[in-house]
Amino acid sequence: MKRDNRVLRQGANVTAIVLALLTVFPLYWMVLSALKPKGEITAAHPRPWTFAPTLENFRNALGVSGFGRYFLNSLLVAGVVVVVSAAIAFLAAVALSRFRFRFRTTILIMFLVAQMVPVEALTIPLFFLVRDIGTVAPGFGLSSLGALMLVNLAFSLPFAVWMLRGFVAAVPESLEEAARIDGASRFTILWRILFPLVAPGLAATSVFSFITAWNDFVFAKTLILDTDHQTLPAALMVFFKPDENDWGGIMAASTLMTVPVLIFFVLVQRHMVSGLGGAVKD
Amino acid sequence: MPATTVTARADRGDSSPVRPAGGVPAKGRRRSGPLARIPVPLWLLLPAALVLIPLFGYPLYQLGLLSVLKFGQPQASGGVPTEFVGLSNYTDVLGDSQFWSVLGQTLAFAAFCVVATLVVGAVCAVLLTRVGKWPRLLLMFGALGAWAAPAMTGSTVWMFLLDTNSGLVNEILGTQGHNWMYDKWSAFAMVAVVVVWHSFPFVMITLYAGIQAIPDSVLEAARLDGAGTATIFRKVMLPMLRPLLVIVVIQSIIWDFKVFTQIYVMTGGGGIAGQNLVLNVYAYQKAFVAENYSLGAAIGVLMTLILLAVTAVYIRSLRRSGEEL
Repeated sequence: MKRDNRVLRQGANVTAIVLALLTVFPLYWMVLSALKPKGEITAAHPRPWTFAPTLENFRNALGVSGFGRYFLNSLLVAGVVVVVSAAIAFLAAVALSRFRFRFRTTILIMFLVAQMVPVEALTIPLFFLVRDIGTVAPGFGLSSLGALMLVNLAFSLPFAVWMLRGFVAAVPESLEEAARIDGASRFTILWRILFPLVAPGLAATSVFSFITAWNDFVFAKTLILDTDHQTLPAALMVFFKPDENDWGGIMAASTLMTVPVLIFFVLVQRHMVSGLGGAVKD
Repeated sequence: MPATTVTARADRGDSSPVRPAGGVPAKGRRRSGPLARIPVPLWLLLPAALVLIPLFGYPLYQLGLLSVLKFGQPQASGGVPTEFVGLSNYTDVLGDSQFWSVLGQTLAFAAFCVVATLVVGAVCAVLLTRVGKWPRLLLMFGALGAWAAPAMTGSTVWMFLLDTNSGLVNEILGTQGHNWMYDKWSAFAMVAVVVVWHSFPFVMITLYAGIQAIPDSVLEAARLDGAGTATIFRKVMLPMLRPLLVIVVIQSIIWDFKVFTQIYVMTGGGGIAGQNLVLNVYAYQKAFVAENYSLGAAIGVLMTLILLAVTAVYIRSLRRSGEEL
């Protein structure tokens, strides 16, 4: 019995490691290819290593005019979207999981339905809407980061609320009950009791908001008409050529675009997995 | 239509206080929390409504409007007045045999991706609870990487791996010169691999977090009562994971039905002669390439309705089995 368990555990360990390597390999290949000198990338026999790593591809990528600027624009938009969407979604999730009221289910289903709308199809009406907003508030009109923030906020919210609801529901209500008996105000309960307990869920949810804003290409392409306010995905398009792809450049640019998301994930990951477990256990 | 309901709800909320949980015949087993004493949860929903009604509801309404107009490039540039054409855009779409074949392959492709994502994700989640610290961290890190990779960069990396001449896959398999994106089903399969690679981490990490959140005391109690591993899994863990399972299933359906970037980038906008089109890309092509915005809008509306129907069936079956939303 004991030995069986050990064999099983070793088998599981090996399986996990193999799966991990398979999963991570494309990313390794991306970084490796970004570091390879030009000749090696298109060589007949690609090798999974390189003896002559070079930053040439990265220099080319960064050499694209204003790349740093696009990068900062992307960070700014994604950052604002994450923070605002977390705050709004938290309040809405509390309303939807801690109260029973008329139309509660209707509203819930609407948040679900909102996610089903193909975003690409909404680009046309949004273009005209943002253009009109711009005549009143230029900070949120066409070619403004404000417009991108608003639009990405709107499209990340339904999922954020929907997902956060589960995390709020997972917090035992006995804790709030206890706080109330101790005389805590509603605001205190919301802010001092519920918020910290839902924080891991918020972290997990913010990942999605970040990705929505960071990956967005369609809106940036449609709503941003000048190059100063463009974001990263649009800048990456420079490397895509119909006839002859500059794989080294594409891989370097892809690497630069993936790294911030990866950092964000690693920072948040601990909260996503262990935080929930730790906080809720009785 | 969601927007109008939100508005209706907001109007009502101002005048009549929403009854706290105690007043409503309790639908669930859940007791009302102390927060339920706040008369109106409206103010909690207000910020969300302020963002969503103008920026989501209104464009959605306009999308619906667009789908019953004749609206192409001449109308967009203002040269020709728009014209109400009723449902003729819809009859055009539904009468096009290409729509039906695209719909069929969209459903098949999405179904395959959903099942594969769920199976891989669930197996990995269970695996994570059974392995040592380092394998766990490694798998977690790999999954986070795949998850973090933006859809576009993920697609380009895989395209590079599968490249006809300088791709690693052909090198390893000794099939230099083989074009993986040429055959229709091979192309779909490759895109499916990328979609699953991108989305199984969500399932894995959500379910793993859920498993971790099950209190040890509960499992301990079950074990003391003489329950075996299989029984614990079926009778204790599965019911407790149910809410999370609902979320991952619905999300997978929604995401995989709407796959856009991977198809668009990897098959070059829908494959040779449109053989790899899915509805989302099809709508985009109709709207922006053929510049028939109203036809694209009609397809967008139809897509939403189809997704709605699929999810409604799923939620209904959940409710029938006694699950509360």
